[in-house]
Amino acid sequence: MSALRTPTGGRIDRSRKLRFSFDGRSFDGFAGDTLASALLANGVHLVGRSFKYHRPRGILSAGSDEPNALVAVARDAARVTPNLRATQVELYSELRAESQNRFPSLGFDIGVINDVVSPLLPAGFYYKTFKWPAWAWQRLYEPAIRAAAGLGRAPTLPDPDRYISRFAHCDVLVIGAGPAGLAAALVAADAGARVILCDEQAECGGSLLAETAATIDGWPAGDWVATTLATLAANPRVRVLPRTTAFGYFAHNMVGLNERVTDHLAAPPADLPRERLWQVRAAEVVIATGALERPLVFPNNDRPGVMLADAGRTYLLRYGVVPGRRVVIATAHDAAYRAALDLHAAGIAVPLIADLRQTATGDWPEAARAAGIRVRTGAIIATTGGRRRVAWAGVAQPDGGTIEPVPCDALLMSGGWTPSVHLFSQSRGKLRFDAEAQAFLPNLSVERERSAGACRGVFGLTAALADGAAAGEAAAKAAGHGGARAPRMAVTAKAFGGGGLLGPAAGTAAKHAFVDFQNDVTAKDIGLATREGFRSIEHVKRYTTTGMATDQGKTSNMHALGIVAAALDVPLPQVGLTTFRMPYTPVTFGSFAALSRGDLFEPLRRTPLHAQAVAAGAVFEDVGAWKRARYFPRAGEDMHAAVARECVAVRSRAGLFDGSTLGKIEIVGADAAEFLNRMYVNAWSKLGVGRCRYGILCREDGFVADDGVIGRIAADRFHVTTTTGGAARVLALMEDYLQTEWPDLDVWLTSVTEQWAVIALQGPQARDILAPFVAGIDLARAAMPHMSVVEGQVCGIPARLFRVSFTGELGFEINVPADHGPAVWQALMATGAVTPYGTEAMHLLRAEKGYIIVGQETDGTATPDDAGVGWAVARSKRDFVGKRSLARASMAAPARKQLVGLLTEDPNLVLEEGAQLVDDPTQAPPMRLLGHVTSSYYSASLGHSIALAMLSGGRARHGARLFVPMPGGAIAVQVTAPVFYDPEGARLDA
Amino acid sequence: MLLIDCPYCGKRPEIEFSYGGEAHVARPADPQALSDDAWAAYLYLRSNPKGRHAERWRHTHGCARFFNAVRDTVSDFFVTTYKVGETPPAEAWPRAAE
Amino acid sequence: MPDAARVLPLDGIAPLIGPALTMTPLAPCMRLILRGRAAAAAAAAPALGMRLPVLACRSARTGERAALWLGPDEWLILAPADDPLAATLAAALAGVAHALVDVSHRQSGLSIAGSAAATVLNAGCPLDLDHTAFPIGMCTRTVLAKSEIVLWRTGALAFRVEAGRSFVPYVWQYLAEAGREFG
Repeated sequence: MSALRTPTGGRIDRSRKLRFSFDGRSFDGFAGDTLASALLANGVHLVGRSFKYHRPRGILSAGSDEPNALVAVARDAARVTPNLRATQVELYSELRAESQNRFPSLGFDIGVINDVVSPLLPAGFYYKTFKWPAWAWQRLYEPAIRAAAGLGRAPTLPDPDRYISRFAHCDVLVIGAGPAGLAAALVAADAGARVILCDEQAECGGSLLAETAATIDGWPAGDWVATTLATLAANPRVRVLPRTTAFGYFAHNMVGLNERVTDHLAAPPADLPRERLWQVRAAEVVIATGALERPLVFPNNDRPGVMLADAGRTYLLRYGVVPGRRVVIATAHDAAYRAALDLHAAGIAVPLIADLRQTATGDWPEAARAAGIRVRTGAIIATTGGRRRVAWAGVAQPDGGTIEPVPCDALLMSGGWTPSVHLFSQSRGKLRFDAEAQAFLPNLSVERERSAGACRGVFGLTAALADGAAAGEAAAKAAGHGGARAPRMAVTAKAFGGGGLLGPAAGTAAKHAFVDFQNDVTAKDIGLATREGFRSIEHVKRYTTTGMATDQGKTSNMHALGIVAAALDVPLPQVGLTTFRMPYTPVTFGSFAALSRGDLFEPLRRTPLHAQAVAAGAVFEDVGAWKRARYFPRAGEDMHAAVARECVAVRSRAGLFDGSTLGKIEIVGADAAEFLNRMYVNAWSKLGVGRCRYGILCREDGFVADDGVIGRIAADRFHVTTTTGGAARVLALMEDYLQTEWPDLDVWLTSVTEQWAVIALQGPQARDILAPFVAGIDLARAAMPHMSVVEGQVCGIPARLFRVSFTGELGFEINVPADHGPAVWQALMATGAVTPYGTEAMHLLRAEKGYIIVGQETDGTATPDDAGVGWAVARSKRDFVGKRSLARASMAAPARKQLVGLLTEDPNLVLEEGAQLVDDPTQAPPMRLLGHVTSSYYSASLGHSIALAMLSGGRARHGARLFVPMPGGAIAVQVTAPVFYDPEGARLDA
Repeated sequence: MLLIDCPYCGKRPEIEFSYGGEAHVARPADPQALSDDAWAAYLYLRSNPKGRHAERWRHTHGCARFFNAVRDTVSDFFVTTYKVGETPPAEAWPRAAE
Repeated sequence: MPDAARVLPLDGIAPLIGPALTMTPLAPCMRLILRGRAAAAAAAAPALGMRLPVLACRSARTGERAALWLGPDEWLILAPADDPLAATLAAALAGVAHALVDVSHRQSGLSIAGSAAATVLNAGCPLDLDHTAFPIGMCTRTVLAKSEIVLWRTGALAFRVEAGRSFVPYVWQYLAEAGREFG
């Protein structure tokens, strides 16, 4: 047993000893310890170095507000979590923790030089110092500062742990399981409400876990917590989540919770996630987040061994750890007297209570005096001494005079209590400053929430329990569960007392009086900022960085406000309050990503023919979320060789292509043709059943939005195809017009993109290859000409067979129900007469024919006429989407960019897509740009590179010689019509 | 994440919805009869108020219906939602923030 | 063409069977989307052998047929793969404004059941799946993480999940991963 453990008491399990290491040294602790309590039990107070000055730092608090004791906990090389608060790290067997921000060791740290030269490093030091010369910031100063700055180091290996998310709903979410939260949950659950109760600590109970004197309904506080939790656990409509931080309050009562599932386990089960991100939608929220004790601001208040008074008490009563053997108390609040009395009762010497206040009366001070503890009022701590641990406190009068050194090995301080209004403020609730409480308290709610207990300034066990019960009752009632009555709990507990101070006491704002421990901001720094003209706390914060560390100023913000208010001699609320932002405490990225990583990062969409493409050796490309076969290399082939071979096969024999990703919409109803007339630029009424037409869809602004072949299956049924990427967008656009502009039309839209596998069979032999497989279909040229569609059977499967072509060859697109696609593909492949081709060959083949790809030739500012498909526009129609915009004079301006073809003078030069066109490459930059290359390939069929371009006044420039300026020199090109191959279309009609 | 009261399906989370811009901007019955300026105003000019805003939403990953809503752009709370073709209750009608 | 030649998106994936969670790929079935107004719904009822649900997000069943309300003018009709329903329904609806589209292959999915089923779904589905909020028979389009799904509660502890064909493997893998902690 450590000499620093009490012989009995506390909530640790003394029968379960746990071995752990800190900076490589082995220690023992008990189950139920935190890393902080276990270190203190081993006499370790020095646990870290400060951020800027590398000053030795100890454990300040016992909770999530801890600014100093940040450690890295490692399980293996990949499982290293930096910047954990030792006060929240639960001990487990063989836990390994390391201190941070020190080199080479915690005891001897080179960075401490910053502390020696600290007079040279005031607030705004960086802004003032690293301004000249200008070039040095990026190349010299910033890299050096970045290397020196920062706290822990993140592991470089991928995170091997699992994280998971969960959506949950409840009537009443209670945040915080201290006395107010437990009472609220108990009452709300009793009313029949669905309740979620969460608490950031391993054990629910909050301040009750360190409560040894009070009783509730006759129970000792700890027993009341246990019975209350048992009651809640027995209720199937209640979920209690310990180790779960409510980190963010989002719109419409969505609260983000981070549950740490396995971090406390020595050997986490593989199937459990490490953390769980809860997104809780609550009808009503009860915020019962308690209050945080403030430090006092005095010189050298950051020395290890200087601790918050209630934290000291918590270590003693909850963890059975003695924070010191001789403990000086410095306070401005009655609560520290309670700590003094508890220490005293445990046999620890309390040589002095130094109370800043001129008088200290009331129950607590009187009790301390009665116990024989010396109380000195009107006393400040002028400094502290000691090397790596406080050895004495220098007590003095505020107006100077002699300093009385009081030997000690710990100093507990209390500057009063700050209600934890973070979540209320995140919910956009309006705070008010309560002058009597010297605190900002919740005032006007925006969301459906209510605060209860200390977080709204209701202190003391009796009051907090009653307040929580009332909040639980009200919340349940507001959520529709009005049955319960808040019980009157019989509580025996002393009053909480009062007091508190914002900012330093007179005479203590001297050197090294720290306000923000984590960012090393002193009272002097904040005073300097006000003298340099900063008035708003938002500006002071950014200039000094006070409150900007990972603890978001939980222990420091109110002091900073107090200092600024005093310096400017204005009432504190006038200084303003910085905005509270999520997360309340840091949340891992893994938790936010949850399952959405690796294979589950996003859906990978595979076509029904994916396995066939894999079997044929396809190389895939990502097209949106789809995986599409790009080309099918044979042994020894690179992409160009494979694509050239595939193109030749299509042009000379036949190729097979997976077009399943094409968007498809079935448009059905008596008004289907009328609807298409209104949506598309083309005319549809006269399209015969069994015929197809190439449709162009514009947006209302007249620019091309999408295109695709539309087949008329029946008088009232059209099979509409869209681009792969445009499928969802086109359907949404159509639904928009149908539902909101023309709801009277008898027509309905159904997405059938995934219903059909689409196999394009293209090439001069396509008909002959297909013929043996069809039934009920006449493939003859007269019966089934180019741009026709028929329903029949392919390979015995009901199919929609289109005679269409995106290659310029005789071709078919076989649509069969998706599950049957592989059988049809395999049957056609088994003929040995077809060559599978991919998207790369498809792009090249269509470019040879001058067929546009929406989104490649067009960019959202091209009209149908610009894109060379103006012939599709049915100008005689009274109206269609985009028609009025196309009638604007500028839409017909002769200088608009128009689709053209380009042939390089050197047939082997392939232009870069996106390259610009000019008429005179010798002109001085900026050159007059005439247009740009949209598609560019080497065409093996033509033995020449080809390109499509959008060129200003392009159709009038056919035959012109232009240039593409490139880094290696200008490339001469000839402007041509955009159709390079079979311009008469004879092969299509074969 | 907002909670949106679909007039068909009830209260559902925002990720099921898509935003559809200002409501009650009807497509002119005869666009060709409009001047360029009037057509441009239909296409592009929106009220963008601070305060209550009548706007369109679509329950894309739900019933797939478009519907209208009045939302306060200051508080981000909905005042009401209603079906296409309906008018909102008078007390919910858009007005500027006080 | 025999059905053996059909390739389903979850082919080769074995059901997951545990004490708190079972997941089973759906067998092929007939899926029809019926769009139309009240008259179409009324005309369809005799052919279906039941009335189409008119309450939002509710389903109706008769024998092995089911009709799921997906929107005020949209129903997903489920039936055995060999049910002659498509033809009889088309005949019954002749002359009534409607759209009837076969989407049997458009989507597929899985059934998920067990005491952990709702919890596992809530790893990616944002809806309240408590019995009071999502009773047996309730159905709706919604989302599961980054996929749209149709979710239908078929029993106290049983759901059917359908998704677009190419999203089904993602949905399966997501739920299987979410279900790992339930054995």
